[in-house]
Amino acid sequence: MTAEPKSPYLDVKSYRRKRLIDMARLLPIFGGVLVIFPLPFLFVNGVLTTDATPMALYLFGVWIVLILAAMIFARLLRDPATDD
Amino acid sequence: MLSFNILVLVATLYVTFLFIVAFAADRRAKAGRLGWLRSPLVYTLSLSIYTTAWTFYGAVGSAVRNGLEFFAIYLGPTLVFVGWWWVLRKLVRIGRTHRITSIADLLSSRYGKSAFLAVIVTLLAVVGSTPYIALQLQSVALSFATLATGEASGLGASDVNGTAFWLAAGLAVFTILFGTRNLDANERHHGVVTAIAVEAIVKLFALLAVGIFVVWGVAEGPSDILERVSKANINLSSTSGSRWVTLLFLSGAAIICLPRMFQVTVVENSDESHLSTASWAFPLYLFLMSLFVLPIAVVGLAELPKGANPDLFVLTLPIAHNQEGLAMLVFLGGFSSATSMVIVAAIALATMVSNHIVMPFWLYLRRSRQAVSGDVRSILLLSRRISIAAILALGYGYFRFTGGTGALASIGLIAFTGVAQILPALIGGLFWRGATRKGAIAGLCAGFFLWVYTLFLPSFGGAWLMSADVLVYGPFHIEMLRPRALFGVLDMDPLVHALIWSMGVNTLLFLVVSMVTFPTPLERLQGVQFVNVFQHSSGQGQRSSMSVATDDLLVVAQRILGSERALALFRDAALKQGKEGGLPDPTRDFVEQLERQMAGTVGAATAHAMIGQITDGATLSVEDLIAVADETAQIMEHTVQLEAKSQELAQTAQKLQHANEKLTELSIQKDGFLSQISHELRTPMTSIRAFAEILREGGSLTEDQARKYSSIILEESIRLTRLLDEILDLSVLENGQVVLKRDHGKLSELVDRAIAATSSYDNERPLKIIRDLPSEDIDLVTDLDRLSQVFINLVSNTRKYCDVAVPELEIAVRRLGDLVKMDFRDNGSGIAEKHREIVFEKFSRLSDASSAGSAGLGLAISREIMRNLGGKIEFVPGDGRTLFRVIFPIELAENSGKPMV
Repeated sequence: MTAEPKSPYLDVKSYRRKRLIDMARLLPIFGGVLVIFPLPFLFVNGVLTTDATPMALYLFGVWIVLILAAMIFARLLRDPATDD
Repeated sequence: MLSFNILVLVATLYVTFLFIVAFAADRRAKAGRLGWLRSPLVYTLSLSIYTTAWTFYGAVGSAVRNGLEFFAIYLGPTLVFVGWWWVLRKLVRIGRTHRITSIADLLSSRYGKSAFLAVIVTLLAVVGSTPYIALQLQSVALSFATLATGEASGLGASDVNGTAFWLAAGLAVFTILFGTRNLDANERHHGVVTAIAVEAIVKLFALLAVGIFVVWGVAEGPSDILERVSKANINLSSTSGSRWVTLLFLSGAAIICLPRMFQVTVVENSDESHLSTASWAFPLYLFLMSLFVLPIAVVGLAELPKGANPDLFVLTLPIAHNQEGLAMLVFLGGFSSATSMVIVAAIALATMVSNHIVMPFWLYLRRSRQAVSGDVRSILLLSRRISIAAILALGYGYFRFTGGTGALASIGLIAFTGVAQILPALIGGLFWRGATRKGAIAGLCAGFFLWVYTLFLPSFGGAWLMSADVLVYGPFHIEMLRPRALFGVLDMDPLVHALIWSMGVNTLLFLVVSMVTFPTPLERLQGVQFVNVFQHSSGQGQRSSMSVATDDLLVVAQRILGSERALALFRDAALKQGKEGGLPDPTRDFVEQLERQMAGTVGAATAHAMIGQITDGATLSVEDLIAVADETAQIMEHTVQLEAKSQELAQTAQKLQHANEKLTELSIQKDGFLSQISHELRTPMTSIRAFAEILREGGSLTEDQARKYSSIILEESIRLTRLLDEILDLSVLENGQVVLKRDHGKLSELVDRAIAATSSYDNERPLKIIRDLPSEDIDLVTDLDRLSQVFINLVSNTRKYCDVAVPELEIAVRRLGDLVKMDFRDNGSGIAEKHREIVFEKFSRLSDASSAGSAGLGLAISREIMRNLGGKIEFVPGDGRTLFRVIFPIELAENSGKPMV
């Protein structure tokens, strides 16, 4: 993938793979939003709640979703072909 | 209660077990049977050194004190690993391509192999990691005491210190044994990594076991636990939104920037695809590690007496329930967490210290004896071993210095904030080609300083270097400079405050200084290679071809890589260059390859400097580039000149060819001319000779006949003479040797004269001449005789050749400024097209009619005369009639006799 001119058109497989990588790249952003987003509800003035259970369950839920998604992407993108 | 001795025995046995594991793994790797040693599982487990004793024990304590904060410490790395396509992938590729040995080496390599930058990062890493190592020693000592006596303070100070000391010493031995087996950081430490992987399993197993025991043994299952969590009044108020985000950021930055994490993630990585597995497996590991933190915290709070150290709940809960085996397992888990972290941190730091501080210093001291043989390897190994011992000694000293105080508890996040200072320069270096060395140094120094000032020193609470007085009132009582409220920023969590200031100023300086400074050529080269690492994973040239003695290179390579490996490397290179034996040529590729191999041992900056010493620093400088550019420009200029020359030559050749053709033509013409002349002379000569013979015979010739014959001879002689005159005349005219006179006269008189001179022909066929006399009233200064010769020729030609019954000649004169144009037009049938070309040629007679007495030289002579008079005569093709046009200057030029044009 050096100086050879690249065709602007990829075959469907490479195209799919590239979009999958895009999705994999989006995953941490998605995760970051999910982890930060609920904060205002929980921490307003620090007196909103003393019950840690829902928040803990929520965080565990987001966490496991992220792990599963990463696993699926890792599996789908296992073929170590050219990526860039 | 376990006796102290049993604990020591178990710990010793466990350590022995780890030694055996590491030893076996090393042997296996050496035998080439890597197999599972290089599996993604081992890689993922080795990453678990992120969870140190601080998190193993401390997560529960954190949950008790700060609610859900411990989540953030795990979620940050989760996001980084899930998003490995962004940073980690590039980092690992660069690490492998450039044979990076440490995070200091990475930054140094990226910013033009800067030695200074490496020193800063090394210092930052040592300052940040030493307390962390102390924390591990403390945690092991505390757990030891707790397990032996039931409470953390159960052992006397000397025993605690002794525990920490022997632990540090044992770890030093282990690290030196397995961490410095090979020098090349890219030859993985299989023994160490395998031992760490085993420890990772032990600590996970221990924590899960306690968790399961707590949930199903102490409590009554998950629902009971959930209920207890809800009622536990867990303190959620201490975590503000900003602190939550800060923790996420810090832990995410730490997983990239911590020297030990860099060591296992990048340096020890043997296969990029392992990262793909680790992207979900490592978060899963963290998930499992944190799964039972809340239950243990909640149950510990409920079951254990008030005032019990929540940091040790993991250990004290099983003890309280008389689960000695479980407690032992937990102890081993904590022990594993602490030791694996210390081992890897020591290796990483020792590599940095020895490569970036000791070796350059040593090279500097020995610079005059550079060529003296001696194995640098042994020096390097020694320096690395001493570094390891020194780092552990530093950790132990730090532990003793702060021992027992709570200062260590918070050191985890403080250390994270410290190493996070590397992040801007690192990320900038990976993605932004405009990042410069000066920018990185400025940002790092500022961040480092602000971190020390706002977070590190204040963490001692006024006990060390920074007095309590300064903490409260600022240095010299300048309130603006209070370490925890810089420039009047109040009411902020100290961690958030320190992070915002240090990272803010760090990033800003890095960006601004990068943008206003200019990188060196080497920096730019490295920048391109780092930023576009996926485009050209193989490095590109950075050295001009050089005159290096390969012997010198071999000497240095042997000293760094060991003689066997160096020789193999040189042999391979020689073979690749097509040499059967001997040393390879020091081509750019080869030197570069050698430098990378050496960089794997001593780091990029040092390797670059060592090779540079031999190659006379033959790196490509801007001056070199300019010189090269100049040379190119010169060559190009030269080429242009050559092209012009060759074009000239081609033109000359063409001219020569033309000349040659003309000469050949002339030669042919000359031959033709000679044969023509011979023929022309021969005809009259023949008749003269014949009649002369007849006259000599005499005999019966009448007088009439004799007179007739004599007159024929006379006529022929006259014709012959005229012919010879004409030829002579033509020759003179053609050679331009004619001498022209400058007479004054009128054109009309010249025409009159010409008509009169030819009027003898009128006897046969009268010629009607049409003239416009006023137009002929022009005063001429020219050779009138020659000019009239032309007119005579033209008029007589008309008389001779005009083939109509009543011939007419129209002479039209027009003045064109200094020129006179005369048209001689008759009413004959003109000249056939094919003959027009040759009418002016010598001996050209178009027909035999009326050709008597003409040699066909008239028009040729006329043309030459006109040429000599500075004018010309031409045949004008027109309406079928014959039209000759004569053009000549009114006044003959002074030095004429030469053609006008």
